[in-house]
Amino acid sequence: MADLTMVEAIRMALSRALEDDPDVIIFGEDVGIDGGVFRATDGLMQRFGAARVRDTPLSETVIAGMAVGAATQGLRPVAEIQFMGFLYSAIDQLANHAGRLRNRTRGRLSCPMVLRAPFGGGVKAPEHHSESMEAMLAHIPGLRVIVPSTPARAYGLLLAAIRDPDPVVFLEPKRLYRALKEPVANDGIALTLDCALVVRDGSDLTIIAWGAMVAEVGRAADALAERGISSEVIDLSSLKPIDRSAVRASVQKTGRCIIVHEAPLTAGLGAEIAADLAEHCLTSLLAPVVRVTGYDTVMPYAQLEDRYMPDAARIQAAAQHVMEFA
Amino acid sequence: MTGNLPDCSAFLDAKGQVLRELPDFARDAETLITLYSMMVKTRVFDAKAIALQRTGRLGTYGSSLGQEAISVGVASAMSEADVFLPSFREHGGQLWRGVSMEELLLYWGGDERGNDFAGPRQDFPVCIPVASHFPHAAGVGLGLAHKGTGGVAVAIAGDGATSKGDFYEAMNVVGVWELPAVFVINNNQWAISMPRAEQTRAETLAQKAVAAGLPGEVVDGNDVIAVREATNRALDRARAGQGGTLIECLSYRLSDHTTADDASRYREDAEVSRHWKTEPLVRLRTHLVAEHGWSKDDEEALLRDSRTETEAAAERYLAMSPQPARAMFDHLYATAPPDIAALAKEMGDG
Ligand SMILES: Cc1ncc(C[n+]2csc(CCOP(=O)(O)OP(=O)(O)O)c2C)c(N)n1
Ligand SMILES: [Mg+2]
Repeated sequence: MADLTMVEAIRMALSRALEDDPDVIIFGEDVGIDGGVFRATDGLMQRFGAARVRDTPLSETVIAGMAVGAATQGLRPVAEIQFMGFLYSAIDQLANHAGRLRNRTRGRLSCPMVLRAPFGGGVKAPEHHSESMEAMLAHIPGLRVIVPSTPARAYGLLLAAIRDPDPVVFLEPKRLYRALKEPVANDGIALTLDCALVVRDGSDLTIIAWGAMVAEVGRAADALAERGISSEVIDLSSLKPIDRSAVRASVQKTGRCIIVHEAPLTAGLGAEIAADLAEHCLTSLLAPVVRVTGYDTVMPYAQLEDRYMPDAARIQAAAQHVMEFA
Repeated sequence: MTGNLPDCSAFLDAKGQVLRELPDFARDAETLITLYSMMVKTRVFDAKAIALQRTGRLGTYGSSLGQEAISVGVASAMSEADVFLPSFREHGGQLWRGVSMEELLLYWGGDERGNDFAGPRQDFPVCIPVASHFPHAAGVGLGLAHKGTGGVAVAIAGDGATSKGDFYEAMNVVGVWELPAVFVINNNQWAISMPRAEQTRAETLAQKAVAAGLPGEVVDGNDVIAVREATNRALDRARAGQGGTLIECLSYRLSDHTTADDASRYREDAEVSRHWKTEPLVRLRTHLVAEHGWSKDDEEALLRDSRTETEAAAERYLAMSPQPARAMFDHLYATAPPDIAALAKEMGDG
């Protein structure tokens, strides 16, 4: 079993999907000879041919909309948006069509498509290249929104997304693309899509995160453990649908909850989780649910990026606050 | 261009005179009568739909009055293996393809089951967000090319749709990937209250194809023969692997935009009256009478049959039991996640 980075694991999953299913096709900007700007599709065009791994003209509307059309014809398009900041014009297609087609035809037509996009900050990219707009996507009925947090999870979740009969937006934390390696087997086994994962057991508080923030939470949990605070860490993983029962079960056990995301605070996904806990776990709560998030501002360009991103120190401070709440 | 339409490719002029040598299909009486019958049926259906709306039994409805030749002409050129992606005004094309009147009424009555038509199963439901189905047509073309069955995607939208990026972006990929897709513009001169002249300075809408490297042509959209003939050629090209085509069909919206619109707020009656002189049914009827022995009795029988069929469809539509509230969740996903399943259960079968 090879040690792989996340971007290598994603490539391995794409390659596996192309091998296993002749209906799988990949398209997007620069995904062909260039192998994608992050190299997620490196070598795939050479191996599977330009009919199955294809460069599109520069149009996010077409990438998403063409995926909708192709999916209705029995293809399994895995389309790439080069950076999440350029996904806005594809939202029209996702919200008006991909997420609706099965419903509005009462099951006659469907959209088994995957839209991949690198997302999030932390790599000092140009402006418009570091946004986290997952809440906008999670608000769209009929979609699934998935974020992996490790190479092995990326492999299994991407295979699951490609095999799923409905549209999936697959967000890849670019900060994690090359951050760590772990053994990933090319076993062709898909993970279950709609599930959160408890990545660390604990008893004093629950910390919920996804994507690159899971590792940041892990660092905070290590530091908190040294001070005798036991954190249960949940990788939400599926942002739509949210695995509410897993979240509730953990908070019912610990009585405290912190939610961490890079996206701005207001109307972020943290608000949805906090509201769900207020509705369903009020009597278990020993402290207010606290959100540690990006700020309500434009995603800063490289110089101030670190000051914007939630980090272990802010997560620890929040943990301290909920632990000390009378 | 809200005055008289410019000269464009037609076989029959407004008076039903043959302008140039007819294509083979248009020399066959039976074919012409079938085309004419569907256009008449579409017009009768439109009138019934509006009557149902006016009496509170149908939702907002966009009539195709005056543009029947476009919809019917395009659909009549298509084969079963092709995929039709209509806008909201192409009832005639949907009827020709086999969607039933009662399914159309069901849909416009506010019930999504109308989109689950018995056939043609591969056709798209009407597209409401203007022009956003052109990228689908590119994707459908890609899928059809992949299957290799010779199918072609045919998408149709209005003149207003050509101002949107989706339209151009989709044409562009159809051009560069040589996809089997035909884009048709029903240029009815109006986009709600916006006249064609205020939509774009481009002299024709067809010329927009040039930027995408596609052939684009203008035909008289009130001449069903011209529409069908142009669509035939475009489909032949697509089937031969020569890629897409843009066809601009010139016509005129004789009705309000929809039942929710009052066109007298923004256009003169005189303009509408002028365009009644060039509408598509009369010219074909005149030609049928002159060349193919179409009689007064034939005409009356056609009208009677169309009305009977429409009335019967309306009755079946009105008698349909409503869908249960849970239907709004039933087809959101192939398998409902727990939250959605719980909502469906809560809503129940009532
Ligand atoms: C993207 C979008 N913008 C606005 C509307 C509201 N709208 C519905 S029809 C219409 C005008 C369409 O004009 P045209 O494309 O010429 O088609 P026609 O109605 O004349 O057939 C508008 C603005 C819409 N449905 N979609
Ligand atoms: Mg129009």
